[in-house]
Amino acid sequence: MTAGTVTPYRPGQQTGRDGFAQLLRAEWTKFRTVRGWVIGLVVAVLVMLGLGLFAAVGTSSSCQSTSGESGGPARSGQGCSTASAPPVGPGGEAVSDSFYFVRQPLSGNGSITVRVTSLTGLIPSRNGAGTGTQPGLVPWAKAGIIIKASTQPGSAYAAMMVTADHGVRMQDNFTGDTAGQPGAVTASDPRWLRLTRSGNTIAGYDSSDGTHWTQVGTVALAGLPPTVQAGLFATSPAYQAISESVGGGENGIIAPSQDTAVFDHVGLSGTWPAGTWTGDNIGAADASGIGGYHQAGDQFTVTGSGDIAPAVPGQGANDVTVAAFLVGTFAGLIAMIVVATMFITAEYRRGLIRVTLAASPRRGRVLAAKAVVIGAVAFVAGLVAAAAAVIFGTQLARGRVSVFAVSWLTEVRMVVGTAALVAVAAVLALALGTMLRRSAAAVTLAIVVIIVPYFLSLTSVLPIGVTDWILRLTPAAAFAIQQPVPQYAQVTALYSPGGPGGYFPLAPWAGFAVLCGWAAIAVALALVLLRRRDV
Amino acid sequence: MRLPVPASTGSAEALHAEWTKTRTVASTGWLLLAAIALTVAVGAAAAAGISCPSGVVCQVDPAKVSLTGIDLGQAVVAMVAVLAISNEYSTGMIRITLSAMPRRAVVLAAKAAVLSSVVLAAGTIAVLASVLAGRLILSGHGFTPAHGYELLSLSNGPVLRAAAGSVLYLGLVALLSLGVATAVRDSAVAIGIVLSLLYLFPIVANVVGNAHWHRHLEQIGPMTAGLAIQATTDLTSLPISPWAGLGVLAAWAAAALLAGGLVLRLRDA
Repeated sequence: MTAGTVTPYRPGQQTGRDGFAQLLRAEWTKFRTVRGWVIGLVVAVLVMLGLGLFAAVGTSSSCQSTSGESGGPARSGQGCSTASAPPVGPGGEAVSDSFYFVRQPLSGNGSITVRVTSLTGLIPSRNGAGTGTQPGLVPWAKAGIIIKASTQPGSAYAAMMVTADHGVRMQDNFTGDTAGQPGAVTASDPRWLRLTRSGNTIAGYDSSDGTHWTQVGTVALAGLPPTVQAGLFATSPAYQAISESVGGGENGIIAPSQDTAVFDHVGLSGTWPAGTWTGDNIGAADASGIGGYHQAGDQFTVTGSGDIAPAVPGQGANDVTVAAFLVGTFAGLIAMIVVATMFITAEYRRGLIRVTLAASPRRGRVLAAKAVVIGAVAFVAGLVAAAAAVIFGTQLARGRVSVFAVSWLTEVRMVVGTAALVAVAAVLALALGTMLRRSAAAVTLAIVVIIVPYFLSLTSVLPIGVTDWILRLTPAAAFAIQQPVPQYAQVTALYSPGGPGGYFPLAPWAGFAVLCGWAAIAVALALVLLRRRDV
Repeated sequence: MRLPVPASTGSAEALHAEWTKTRTVASTGWLLLAAIALTVAVGAAAAAGISCPSGVVCQVDPAKVSLTGIDLGQAVVAMVAVLAISNEYSTGMIRITLSAMPRRAVVLAAKAAVLSSVVLAAGTIAVLASVLAGRLILSGHGFTPAHGYELLSLSNGPVLRAAAGSVLYLGLVALLSLGVATAVRDSAVAIGIVLSLLYLFPIVANVVGNAHWHRHLEQIGPMTAGLAIQATTDLTSLPISPWAGLGVLAAWAAAALLAGGLVLRLRDA
């Protein structure tokens, strides 16, 4: 409070001021010197890691179980002996790559053009449990032309195809999917497809008359070799009659299906050194024995079974996702909630809050400092525990069971997201503790809003429509950050939160944003109450 | 004016003292009201969210759906039970209690008796209201005799078992919480432990793919085993039979009370 022209004296060290750095330091000192809280933090890390490893061990020995009666659709024809890790696509994720391939090598640049006049198929008949067949197509039965780096399952590709229910699509590297002309293919309404390679770039075109072409898309396939395999393909994903029965989880059958496509007007440009067509079952399609082709003049009839698409968890007999190793998050979160709540309620109980606020009368900054300290501590604890659980859990489970491959980016998102989830939940608990000033009430409320909604979504009592809304609106939406595999529009599967995929109605970061929103509201309310109330 | 009553440390006096403490703390009543309201509201919401359109196979257990609210109401009941003892520690009241009533086992037993009667009374109201709400709502959602569903009624043996068992379940959860809170004293830690015991078993069991381990986890979890009592249909698919499941929870509660009683006896207040 100096005035006039005199330069005020400023001491080098501003002792006694409530600078934010000093506040942070004070709160950090409080945290680290309370033995119970440090123990709680260690407990949080240990239970998070321990339960994750328990899940890794408990899941991986499922081969010895007598029957898969633990819910979920009955999986026909897949025992432990046949379980093998699915191939891994160019993006690092697990994929299905099995189809019938009528191919020729293509050297350098070139293109392939065909006309598709028919797509028909066979699906299991409903009354027999997968024994008989009847004419029909699964929605994503697909046939068309493909340019693929090699015949190795999981290798890079780009394809133009007709599908049963989703019109013409251009798909690439398993996850890419672009819609072309809509509508089903018939003899009177055929589809023309064209793929053109130019270096690493492949362009896809469709047409209904062979003269007027529309470009559906272009994709760049990194590392495409000079000579690629190109030709016709047909494949048809497993038929799934999954009925979500009201209140009783799901049941149904999964059985192979097949489709048959008729091609003509096959036009090749560029260098095709072999000159003749070769037919091959690629990937797991070998096992099904379905597949073949027949050439009559210009006309090709190709039959195939399988899928060229990203794999989703739960289709294999006993695969486990990285998300299973993060199940300890729930336990670690409870420990962290207890610590974060006590970080403020202990001050009220012991009267320390009066000293704290006397030393630093700007209450908002006190709360902010507390939030920063507890958030940072929780983030670090969550990061250490989640990273260790994923790394060691994968090592423990590998060799006994196929760990469902996801890209490293996804793993990083799951681990860092889990740490962020624990941190924001801790801040939410701190805010609840500030509002309620009572440990038991605040801890109960925090657990009830964060963890119980997730639990309720798991119980089969509630219908999926209700659980979807629970997981959109409550802070439990944030567990979407641990979802290992997205819902793919081009893969038919039962996407439910309790299943092996752990699917959430919101995208990972959107779900996390819901928790952040709740935490922001709670902090704002806590701030108002802390300012208005006497201590 | 009353005559001075000679000081006594009998069980009746202990009960009377605990009843007075419970009765005169405002939060107990509010929390029990909240537990009732939450239980009924969630049960009614679950019943309202489910329907059995004609022509669809419904695998719904109407009694279990109506009593879904117990899943949530138990958290509030646990809180009431934890506060019954940890409040005494946080205010220092425990020292007065124990000087007036030096036989600590009697103190804990009196607390357990008063707490369980209060919780059983509140639980009875909550469960009756839930069943009534379920009866009214579910009959309007296709769960009619034409669909093979009788109206929810306590005269039906399995429904009576589910309803009475749910009340007992709440009582046992309260005793479990009391035991844990007596052992650890701090309310935040105690409620954290109790809710972990209740909710973590089903969550972990869900990711454990091994069918044996999955079943064992559900058999030993206090909540997964205890709530088997709510099943009225498809009893063979339960991990544990209804009364045995409630027995598992009773064992958890007994173990917690024993641990709490031992610690209370051995430790300075």
